[in-house]
This record gives sequence, C-alpha cells and structure tokens, in this order.
Amino acid sequence: MATSKPRVKVPKTASAGEVITIKTLISHEMESGQRKDKQGNPIPRKIINKFSCEFNGMPVFSCDIDPAISANPYFEFNAKVPQSGTFKFAWVDDDGSIYAHEEAIEVK
Amino acid sequence: MILTRRQALVLSAGAAAFALTGLRVGSAHANSDKTQKAIAEFAGGKTPQSGKITLTAPEIAENGNTVPVSVAVDSPMTEGSYVRSVMLLADGNPNPGVATFNFTPMSGSAAATTRMRLAKTQNVIAVAKMSDGSVYMDEKQVKVTIGGCGG
Repeated sequence: MATSKPRVKVPKTASAGEVITIKTLISHEMESGQRKDKQGNPIPRKIINKFSCEFNGMPVFSCDIDPAISANPYFEFNAKVPQSGTFKFAWVDDDGSIYAHEEAIEVK
Repeated sequence: MILTRRQALVLSAGAAAFALTGLRVGSAHANSDKTQKAIAEFAGGKTPQSGKITLTAPEIAENGNTVPVSVAVDSPMTEGSYVRSVMLLADGNPNPGVATFNFTPMSGSAAATTRMRLAKTQNVIAVAKMSDGSVYMDEKQVKVTIGGCGG
C-alpha cells in the first residue's frame, strides 16, 4: 500500500557508545478485525504485525504487534551507537508487503 | 420528602463511595483466562515477581483509540545481563495481546513507548523476561471513557 509512509526520527550525530532515542511512526489504518461494516459483515483484519530495527546488520529492537496497537503505529525506543553506521527499519504488513526505511548516523 | 443540602451531600457521597468499591471488586477478578494463559506461556513456568519493571499509562484515557503506554525495565543491558522481551497485555480487550517488544544489548536501555487501543476500562499488564530467565510484572488500571475496539 503506497500510503504507508514511514517517518523516523534519529539524531544526525552521536558520541561513541551513546544511547540515543529513536522515534518511528508509520501511517497505516491497522484494521483490527473486530469492526463490522454498515451491512454488519466483519471487516477483515489488516495490520502491521512486525516491526524491526537493526544497526549495521545487528538487531537492536523488534516488536511483535497485535491488533490492539493504534492506527498509525508509533514506536519509541533506545539504541546504543558504537560507531557510525546505518539504522535499517522494516514494517511487515499482514499482506506480506514490507515497508523499509534507512537513517544514517555519524559518530564524532 | 424534601432533602436539605446536608442530607443531599451525604447521600451523594455514599453513592460515590459505593461506585468506587464496586470498581475495586471488579478489578480484583479482572485477570481473564486468556490473559493468565498468555502470561504463563510467556513466563515459561516462572512466577512473575514484582519490581524492576515500570509500566506507565494514563489513569484516565479520554479516547480508547490511542492510549499512550510506556515500559521501562531496570537492567544494565550488557551481553551478560539484559532484558530479552517485554509483553504488553490489555486484560479487557477481546484479545488481550497488545505487543511484544524484543530487546538486545544493542538497545542500550530497555524502554519503549507505543500507543494502544483499549475497548473499556481495564487493567494493562506488562511482563518482562530477563536473559537469565527471571520474569517481572507490573499492572495499571486505565479508565476509558470512549472505547477503542469495534467502534
């Protein structure tokens, strides 16, 4: 779905070994599967079921998601930055599509 | 019968007290079978202890569609001792599962924030599993004015 646009906030620079805070938000309706349409038929579930973040190929944080997470899922977490590199983020949709995003960080 | 101002006050205070105790009794039995099962599965046979984990959620949520919730676990987050994962549960939702956060020593500190849906007033539970297998738990009641599921 083209409308699922990730927004990620990572500091541009950090000192070596510093613990930084990362904020992520992705637009997604997160249809819980609990709702019914006007005719009373259940609306099928369609959510992002997994989110992950890695730094230079090493896993930092991941999250298994249930329908109880709000629309436009928001995640805030921390990461240790040992050296300059790239954070890779991925959101996995129920329909199998993956929304990916990258942010670089420089260690001074 | 016409109530004096004083009598009316006493009556309403009594009603309020009754309503409060009613809620307390409700929450004491709130842990549903589904929630108990999820905790037992996650804990892998260990009994969750209190302490170390802090769950932050609003006491009153005006809108159950987006309730901010944070967890933080006291841990050095080194290779030898870190928090493996934290499971969030909403006891009164049709399905109690909210999310499971997985941490690594690269996380730096075991803290995460997200937003969740709550169907009604209920207990929110966070369970943390450490790298040594020990399990910690924290619980908060959140009062919801407008429900978030099935709206």
